Amino acid sequence: MNEMMLLGDEAVAQGAIDGGITSAYGYPGTPSTEIMEYLIQQREVQGKPLAHWCSNEKTAYEEALGASLSGRRVLITMKHVGLNVAADAFMNSALLDIKGGLVLAIADDPGMHSSQNEQDSRHYADMARIPCLEPENQQEAYELTRLAFDLSEKLHVPVMVRLLTRLSHARASVKTREKRSENPMKKADDRTGWMLLPALARRRWDSLIERQPVMVQALNEAAVNRLSSAKGAFGVIAAGIAGNYYEENRPDVENQRGKVPFLHVRAYPVDQEALERFLAPLTEVVVLEDGQPHIEKMLKGWLSRRLQEKTGITIKGRMDGTLPASGELNPDNVRLALGLSARAGREAYHGELPPRPPQLCRGCPHEDTYQVIKEAAAAFGQSVITSDIGCYALGALPPLAVPESIVCMGASVGMAKGAAEAGLKPAVGVIGDSTFLHSGIPALVDAVSCGTPMTLVILDNATVAMTGGQPTMVPSSRLAKIVEGIGVEPDHLHVLEAHRREHETNKTILLQEMKYEGVSVIITVRECLETLRKRKKMGGAS
Amino acid sequence: MSQNPEKMDIILCGVGGQGVLSLAAILSRAAQIEGLHVRQSEVHGMAQRGGAVLAHFRMSAETIPGDLIPRGGADMILSMEPLEALRYTDYLKPEGVIVTSRESFKNITQYPEEEGILKALADLDAKVVPAKELARKAGAPRGVNMVMVGAASTQFFLPSGKSLLSGDSLQAANQVLFAPKGEAVVTANQQALLAGAQAADGGAEASLGDQDD
Repeated sequence: MNEMMLLGDEAVAQGAIDGGITSAYGYPGTPSTEIMEYLIQQREVQGKPLAHWCSNEKTAYEEALGASLSGRRVLITMKHVGLNVAADAFMNSALLDIKGGLVLAIADDPGMHSSQNEQDSRHYADMARIPCLEPENQQEAYELTRLAFDLSEKLHVPVMVRLLTRLSHARASVKTREKRSENPMKKADDRTGWMLLPALARRRWDSLIERQPVMVQALNEAAVNRLSSAKGAFGVIAAGIAGNYYEENRPDVENQRGKVPFLHVRAYPVDQEALERFLAPLTEVVVLEDGQPHIEKMLKGWLSRRLQEKTGITIKGRMDGTLPASGELNPDNVRLALGLSARAGREAYHGELPPRPPQLCRGCPHEDTYQVIKEAAAAFGQSVITSDIGCYALGALPPLAVPESIVCMGASVGMAKGAAEAGLKPAVGVIGDSTFLHSGIPALVDAVSCGTPMTLVILDNATVAMTGGQPTMVPSSRLAKIVEGIGVEPDHLHVLEAHRREHETNKTILLQEMKYEGVSVIITVRECLETLRKRKKMGGAS
Repeated sequence: MSQNPEKMDIILCGVGGQGVLSLAAILSRAAQIEGLHVRQSEVHGMAQRGGAVLAHFRMSAETIPGDLIPRGGADMILSMEPLEALRYTDYLKPEGVIVTSRESFKNITQYPEEEGILKALADLDAKVVPAKELARKAGAPRGVNMVMVGAASTQFFLPSGKSLLSGDSLQAANQVLFAPKGEAVVTANQQALLAGAQAADGGAEASLGDQDD
């Protein structure tokens, strides 16, 4: 037994190590990044587990499937929107006959602290028909990750551990237990469980559906969901970390109402019978869940008609405005949902309080490239600049205000192509080196195959900057070769330095390529200042 | 009167890059040395890029229910920047205090008049600490955060008069966290902690009056 101060993310990583993983794969994305960073650090010190960043979430997932096929335990990490990228592999993996524990740790970001949407990964787990565990605190992040591996092997399915920003990025003390040893290498003995040909897939799908009650039973046996019984017609259901916010307000709730029946859900699929038993004596229930209404929707969908008629129960949550329909839960909105009045505190300051949004670092190479694009675009009566996911999205704010679209990883390339083909040109896509490798390449292949008149500007800062400076998968020196290999004409492929002193030269080249009636690619190169600073610091220390 | 006074909830704020997380790191280590429970939220990703940063730090003799401090529940706002200190006042309890660095960080064009900010802080009885200058005088120009932790430490007293987090624990935390960087850093930080504590003890007016600009 050991006690450590860990982020929720790190507790998952430690749980995976102590749960006996052989390998881990992922793609960086806030708030999930620190899981893999921790594992890579451990690997550097202990030599294991094998832990790698991958080109994107889909390749990460597939590499993990290979490890599971070998009988080993493996962890996959990504943020919620990353699961969209990996969705093909993920959905199909639910049908596989998993023997080596396969656990995916997915970090959701309600409130969009650092994301493009606030999708709820529990819907994905539900759609794939696999179990999902939702820890309440750092200790549970550790425990439930270990349990997830056991369940994966017991139930022969992937198991999701759902994290939320507030848990991923908060530290608390975690007690660890004795490490389980790794699984020996053992190839799956029955290949029919791993080949999703339609005839076999149909069998696997039926088996997955048949195993649903077994999953519920296994979760009940693990006693993950907890019930605090009490008399009374007002009850509360909380999922994962929403339990914290209930606990924060519980003394005041109990002052008003006495002890309240409380069901704390940490595992899905939820046991419908247990839910029905919990709800039967109630006339009012408040459902607290961070992200989207999942349990609430389920209750309103299949329970309300029956139960509401019988008992007149009212189900309150995000769907009826008891809680806000979007954004994070917190102790304050949960307090109001529980029927309490707001805490009496100091007033908010009413004076001048300008927002202070995040911005590009002073001297950032992206800024120099954006200045070039801005001036070049101004030379045309009409143009479109599609941008992408990364630090350079911050160029959307004034005074730069260059990007006109930011949608999802890799979208800048395909959107520039589609816009140009629809007649909106010149079209310039702006994408970071890491995002290009993640999912920009296929759309560039499309553009080359069609000879589309568009320019792609690849911002090569030799790092994954926004998530804290992870190394890119391909060094700068090989990036131009990839672009050339796709078929971009060498005359229309330029590697330039992203620097103020090159401004006029760079602008001339960009203007010229924006007029060219075919695919052109401009790679602007200069290392990220943060990465440079870290590199110098590490170099100086050693 | 709180049912459980042996606890303290602190809103930590400033601008991304100012080292708000290092405030959390030293407080957290000191609280652990005191044997307290700790929950400490951090900010990662986009917000670190020069934007407004908010972190929650909770320490208690008893189990802490969650990672977030409720609005109207914070005992203190500890800020690295005067404008940022005003952004979160609704987190404070009626008797909660503000401890902030005096030096503004102007990375936005529409930064308000400093006089107005300092006036608003004075109206809120804030402890305004010329932390940058004190750090420099203490021989720890990079120890602005330490000055602020020192200043905050004068406000850790419970209604009983006992300090929830003693100066000794903070010094011990400094030793543990910074020993790898060398004895000179540890010593400079010690001085910075003391300078901050002295300035805050002198009161906000005194520390403002010392300014010669």
